[in-house]
Amino acid sequence: MRILLPIVLALSPAIALAQSTAPAALADTQLADPTQEAAAKALMETLRCVVCQGQSIADSDATMAGDMRALVRQRIQAGESPIAIRDWLIGRYGDYISYDPPLSAATSLLWATPVLLLGLGVWIARASFRRRR
Amino acid sequence: MWLAAALAALQLLMAALGLKGNGEVMAAVRPVAVVQGVLAIVAMGVLIAVFWRSDMSVALVAANSHSAKPWLYKVAGAWGNHEGSMLLWVTILGLAGGAVALLERRLPERTLIATLGAQAAIALGFYAFLLFASNPFARLEPAPADGMGLNPLLQDPGLAFHPPTLYAGYVGLSVAFSFAVGALVTRDVGREFARAMRPWVLGAWIFLTLGITAGSYWAYYELGWGGWWFWDPVENASLMPWLAATALLHSVTVLATRDGLRAWTVMLAVVAFSMSMLGTFLVRSGILTSVHAFAVDPRRGAFILALLVIYIGGALVLFAARVGTVRQGTMFDPVSREGGLVANNLLLSVILGIVLIGTLYPIVAAGFGVQLSVGPPFFNKAAGPIALLLVAIMAVGPLLRWRRDEAQAVIARATWPIAATAFAFAGLIVFAMPIGVLPLLGLSAATGLAVASVAPLWKRDLRRTPLFTWGMVIAHLGIAVSLAGMACDAAFTAERLIALRPGDATRIGPYRVTLDGISPVVADNWSALQAQLTVTRDGGSRRLYPQSRTFTDPPTTTSESAIATVLDGQLYTVLGVADGRGRWQLRLWWKPFVTLIWFGGVLVALGGALSLLGRVRPRRRSRPEPAWL
Repeated sequence: MRILLPIVLALSPAIALAQSTAPAALADTQLADPTQEAAAKALMETLRCVVCQGQSIADSDATMAGDMRALVRQRIQAGESPIAIRDWLIGRYGDYISYDPPLSAATSLLWATPVLLLGLGVWIARASFRRRR
Repeated sequence: MWLAAALAALQLLMAALGLKGNGEVMAAVRPVAVVQGVLAIVAMGVLIAVFWRSDMSVALVAANSHSAKPWLYKVAGAWGNHEGSMLLWVTILGLAGGAVALLERRLPERTLIATLGAQAAIALGFYAFLLFASNPFARLEPAPADGMGLNPLLQDPGLAFHPPTLYAGYVGLSVAFSFAVGALVTRDVGREFARAMRPWVLGAWIFLTLGITAGSYWAYYELGWGGWWFWDPVENASLMPWLAATALLHSVTVLATRDGLRAWTVMLAVVAFSMSMLGTFLVRSGILTSVHAFAVDPRRGAFILALLVIYIGGALVLFAARVGTVRQGTMFDPVSREGGLVANNLLLSVILGIVLIGTLYPIVAAGFGVQLSVGPPFFNKAAGPIALLLVAIMAVGPLLRWRRDEAQAVIARATWPIAATAFAFAGLIVFAMPIGVLPLLGLSAATGLAVASVAPLWKRDLRRTPLFTWGMVIAHLGIAVSLAGMACDAAFTAERLIALRPGDATRIGPYRVTLDGISPVVADNWSALQAQLTVTRDGGSRRLYPQSRTFTDPPTTTSESAIATVLDGQLYTVLGVADGRGRWQLRLWWKPFVTLIWFGGVLVALGGALSLLGRVRPRRRSRPEPAWL
């Protein structure tokens, strides 16, 4: 008994947390704090459902998406930052999961696109204006 | 259909001969184009007829239809599948070719013949595609007792409307493409060419606008996630031709009015149709999985890709070879109406580039073994600011004079729009924060644009204002209205997820929603669980019936949302699953002014229609009076 007690004491907060926030419930239950819920919602909209086609986990009816919504809400509730949660998910599932492609060697060209195109366009237009003058 | 294909080949051959200087052959090209159009329509008519009769001996009908379907979906089901939709494509193409042959009287004969030749070349490719890779009339032996049914997501009145309008838009751009090729072949790029092409571009653009608006609203109420745009590749596939067509519409005006931007306009016509082809390829090839991708046969994808490469590559080679012979055109100052239109074209092209690269990037990356997703966050961040810049240009552009203008005078003319923008911005900061940066700027810009778009009518005799000016005013106003709707939806939407027992109530926005009960409903080819909701607001109340539908053929479950539309927004309700303890999951949204998005889209199309009328009518009037008067 004496040996067991510390273990039970150590586990009890975890048990309490698990009871108060059953994952399945959080899949479709909003967080009480509107700021937290807004943060969770914003994050969920940028995460891709991995089993369905072209839907974010916020919009998907799939069970897998529900579990991920629950996970996001749980972690936001526990005070984790959305960026940390996303990084953790990317570490686990790969870049595919994020609709917001993280800046890396593979995506640098993608993120440079708007600036490059705008620069190219302005350059072409200016050249033709000067010719016209 | 073999006959139609043969005629298309004949038309192409005769056009080629005719251009070599054979007058008699040239005269025969027009009637052949008309007959080809008629034959294509007959083929489409036959396909609709076999769907109507549920003739299961036709493989396509058996695979995609079911005798128990309502008649509307039997008819619309004719193009709710890969083969049928490609036939619809060709039919509209044939129809457009016939119409060009019948109606077009302004172009020099040689250019027109070259145009019809190019049109025939496109048609020929698609006939070949239909006959060799996806024949809609393939037979099935023995005929099955009944069909497999149509994808339930497609069993909606939207199917009768959305694909034909969008295709009409795609194909209308093929006419612009053919004009451009025709004009390049005969080295005849100029004002007459632009005036002849403009109605076709306008028409295609109206159809694209309507098609996208309809598709967006359809997805919004059918998919049950309350979103109206997801930057999904198939959505982008329709947006890209629209962006190109919008740019073309404006540059062709410069060409028609001021004889400037010649090479650029021709280039844009080629790009616009390339985007249509690319859209067809992306959607039909099976590269993307979605409700639009009926075909998952890679051979078909390869076929369309080959057509794409041949036509676009051919046109670009022609362009490169002939661009030297196209003279630069009239000159103008940077601060002028032309300058504004150049800025419009520049920004539209940049957005087009962003959408194109964003759409293709994951596909290309997958080719290198990198799995990644490019979604709404990227497109909003990358294209949003440029779109806002475009709105600013759009507000000022119509206030500019042709050829040259003074910057100070322009600012003076734009005082009211600038004041309205600042006023809206300040008001939102004070009363509506916190909303996101893009919605904030979007709403402010929409206010300014709304004021600026009606400014060209200021101090004008409204009865004597030409129709195409009205068209521009209304189309620009439509953009402002739509933008306001998007920003409101992004900024003020309230969402509520809740599990209710029958009898329980909840609040969302200005509404109180009570779940009265759940009951089963049965129809011809589906059964459903239906929630009865009473929604009350300020004393008035009404009932909503969201459903969770289960279709029998093929077995699928869809959620049918129920929407209450009022002047200041929509209440959007979706029924979810039961939790096993007597409670039902509900998803509720209050979306203030969300309807403005589609209302704006319809306004834009209406503006286009007015412009088209305004451009076509004076031509009639200016014809010589009959001799007997």
